Order: sequence, then structure tokens, then C-alpha cells
Amino acid sequence: MPTKTHVQTRINGEDVEFLSEPRQSLLECLRDVIGLTGSKEGCNDGNCGACTVNLDGRIVDSCLVLGVEAQGSEILTIEGVATPAGLHPIQTAFLENAALQCGICTPGFIVASKALLEAEPNPSEGRIRLWLAGNLCRCTGYDKIVRAVMDAAGKMS
Amino acid sequence: MKWIDFVQPQTLDEAIKILGENGANARMLAGGTDLLVLLRVNPDRVNNPKLVVDAKAIPELNELSYSPGSGLTLGAAVPCYKVYQNKEIAAAYPGLIDSAALIGGIQIQGRASIGGNLCNSTPSADTIPDLIAHSVTCKIAGPNGTREVAVEDFCTGPSQNVLEPNELLVSLHFPAPPDNFGARYIRFIPRNEMDIAVAGAGVSVTLDNGTITSARVALASVAPTPLFVEEAGAALVGKPANEESVQEAANIARDAAKPISDMRGTMEYRTHLCEVLTRRALTTAITRAQGGVVDAH
Repeated sequence: MPTKTHVQTRINGEDVEFLSEPRQSLLECLRDVIGLTGSKEGCNDGNCGACTVNLDGRIVDSCLVLGVEAQGSEILTIEGVATPAGLHPIQTAFLENAALQCGICTPGFIVASKALLEAEPNPSEGRIRLWLAGNLCRCTGYDKIVRAVMDAAGKMS
Repeated sequence: MKWIDFVQPQTLDEAIKILGENGANARMLAGGTDLLVLLRVNPDRVNNPKLVVDAKAIPELNELSYSPGSGLTLGAAVPCYKVYQNKEIAAAYPGLIDSAALIGGIQIQGRASIGGNLCNSTPSADTIPDLIAHSVTCKIAGPNGTREVAVEDFCTGPSQNVLEPNELLVSLHFPAPPDNFGARYIRFIPRNEMDIAVAGAGVSVTLDNGTITSARVALASVAPTPLFVEEAGAALVGKPANEESVQEAANIARDAAKPISDMRGTMEYRTHLCEVLTRRALTTAITRAQGGVVDAH
């Protein structure tokens, strides 16, 4: 078998082709092959959510997807959240609510929160906490993150 | 991760041929939320495969079809979110949604499949007691055609099951829920989500005018395999759907548990949990059977 597979995707609205070894995760491909280093590696086993990306409309841990599995898919990473016009309202809300300290978990939280608010524009606090249970933060204690998402929901609706 | 090869068969026949040629060197991949972790940290537990065979392009493994007459066919590679997002299926099988919406977080539910949870065959698997409660039949395909196995006979030990190296799980069949049927899965974990069951209970009941006509009870994390406690269900048949009957079945479930002590809980604690969880699960399954609504979480 060939050592690498040619994978065609759309990432953040642009056609992106890359070569992936079958053993490489989508996270490794994003960071080490394509150079999109916004998605972070925390645990590399699906617990922490720092590598969260949106794959064909669903948030997933990109450490638990093989690069070759991404063939034909549409991917949104943290690099695609802001626009040339400025930060996304969720990013602004994270800044205004001090919802980050070290920042390693932040890309995952923002990609996950964006998917929630797109599906459910007005979630309860409990719903936000349940939705974000797959994202770990060791700095903030979560309250500020939950408040930021509620703030963003209010401003976006 | 050490070197693997990857192949994505487009048909069931092609997949069976690949498994036949590669035997124990090949491993099926559905959502990958267990397999990819094990390939990195403990490849021996999945038999150190050299070839990963993706299930996600095989039509039969991605089937999700329900009709009130014939029941639910759930392909082995269908991710959890597709099950709980389907309003018709969620309304017909609220007990299945209890476990499908409980596994991991939203990211995991976007990939992980119920069939994969079954094939991973851990004693703590959240969906398996639920599948046993629903009297699910497993459709298995191999070089000699297909065979069917009752889900309570599927797991044979920790991470062990009846699949031969040249076989794969195709789909799970759920019988149509009879009238006045209710099912429920609950587990105990120290936090609210994203954890492995210290113990879990999946149950179902069917009622006729307040009398229980059939019942099934299964437990997670208290034996080398998910544990079908047939005698707990049998004890309920013909009894009124009340507290006393439920307590008797819960006591039988507690006595059937054979847990170990580990970092998640002691043998004594798990044994106690079996009584509590079975009692609560049966009580809420009866509520559902009587037409009441019980939220998944």
C-alpha cells in the first residue's frame, strides 16, 4: 500500500488538499501538515476537547479522527471563526467576560460553543454546561466560560 | 501510533473479503473513539492490528430505519447523535436515548456508535445493558453468510466477544416496542457526565392493566461482562407494578452482581449501587410504560 493518502477537504471555506499517513490523526494533519496550529493537543484521547473542530456540521475531537477519514469533508477550525471584519461575537464575549487564562482550551471551547449557538440560539445554563462537558479547562473554573456563552447568545439573537 | 494501513470498503462483501484475507491482523473502525485511543496506548488490547477497516462507507452498517410494525434496525457504525436526533426513534425508544445521549460528551457522540460500544465489549459499556433490556438481536456477517446472536450472549469476557476474526457486526435489531412498554438506563458516576460507570442498570417492563407481563434487567460494571439478570425480570412477571415488586427485583439484581474493587468503587459499594440503580430504573421504566415522560438526563 502507498505510505501516504491524498485527502481532499474544505477547511474554513477553502479547498485544502494534503497527504496523510493512515496513522495520523486529523489533529496532527491540521497542525503538522497543513500548519493550522490553532487546534490544540491536550490529552490526545478524547477527554479534554482542546482539539475540537467542526466536521461536516458536528463537533468532534480531531485527535479521534484519522486524517484519511476526513476525505471529502467540510471542516471548521478556530482559524475560520473570526472574519476579516473582526472577531466572532463568541470570541468577543470570551474576552469581555475574562473566560480564558492560559488559553490552551479556548479554541476548543469557542468551536464547540459556536456549534451550540448555531443549533440552539438560546440555550439554558444547564444546556451550555452539558454541551461543553467534553471540553476541560483547568484555569477558569468554567463559570466565566458559561457566562461568556450566555452573553454571546444574548448578543447574537 | 505505530504504523497501520487503512482501507475503506464500499460494500459488505468487500469488507468480509478483506477480513477473510487479513484475519486477526485487521480491525473494524466505526467512530474510532475507543479504537484510536487503544491503538496509541494499548494496541495489544485490540490484538495489534496492521490494517484498519473503515465501516463508515458500507451501506448496511449505516442503516437507520424504524417502523412501528417491524421495529428499529440500527447499523453498527451509526453514530449516537443520529439516533437521538431522530424524533421518531427517540419517541419510540426513550430508554435507548438514555444511553445514546450519555456516552462521552457531544464530541464523542458525534463519532461513537452503539455497535462500536458493543464490539468494544467492556463490562462498563453504557449501551449494552440498555440493548439487553430492549431484547436486541445482533446480525453478524462472515464468509459463511450471516448469523444472529441475542445481545446478552454477545460479550464473553472483558473486551471479548463472539465475533470471529473474519466476522463483523452488521446491525442491531430492536423489536417494535409493545403497548405499555417502558425502558430505562441509569448509571452512577461521581460527576454529571464524561465518566465511566461505577455501576449501571438497564431495564424494561411491559404492563397490562397494572400487572407486569414481562421484564428484563441488566447491569453494567459489576461482572466480567455486562450482566443479564434474567431472574430479576422473571420475578416481576405476574406481579403488580408497585414498590414491593420493584424492591424484590432490585434485591435479586444486587445478589446477582459480582463486582470487583478498583479505583472507581469497592465491591461493597457497587453491590449496594446495583440495588439502588435497579430500583430507580424500574420505577421510572414503569412510569414510561404508563405513558409518563422521564427525561434522559
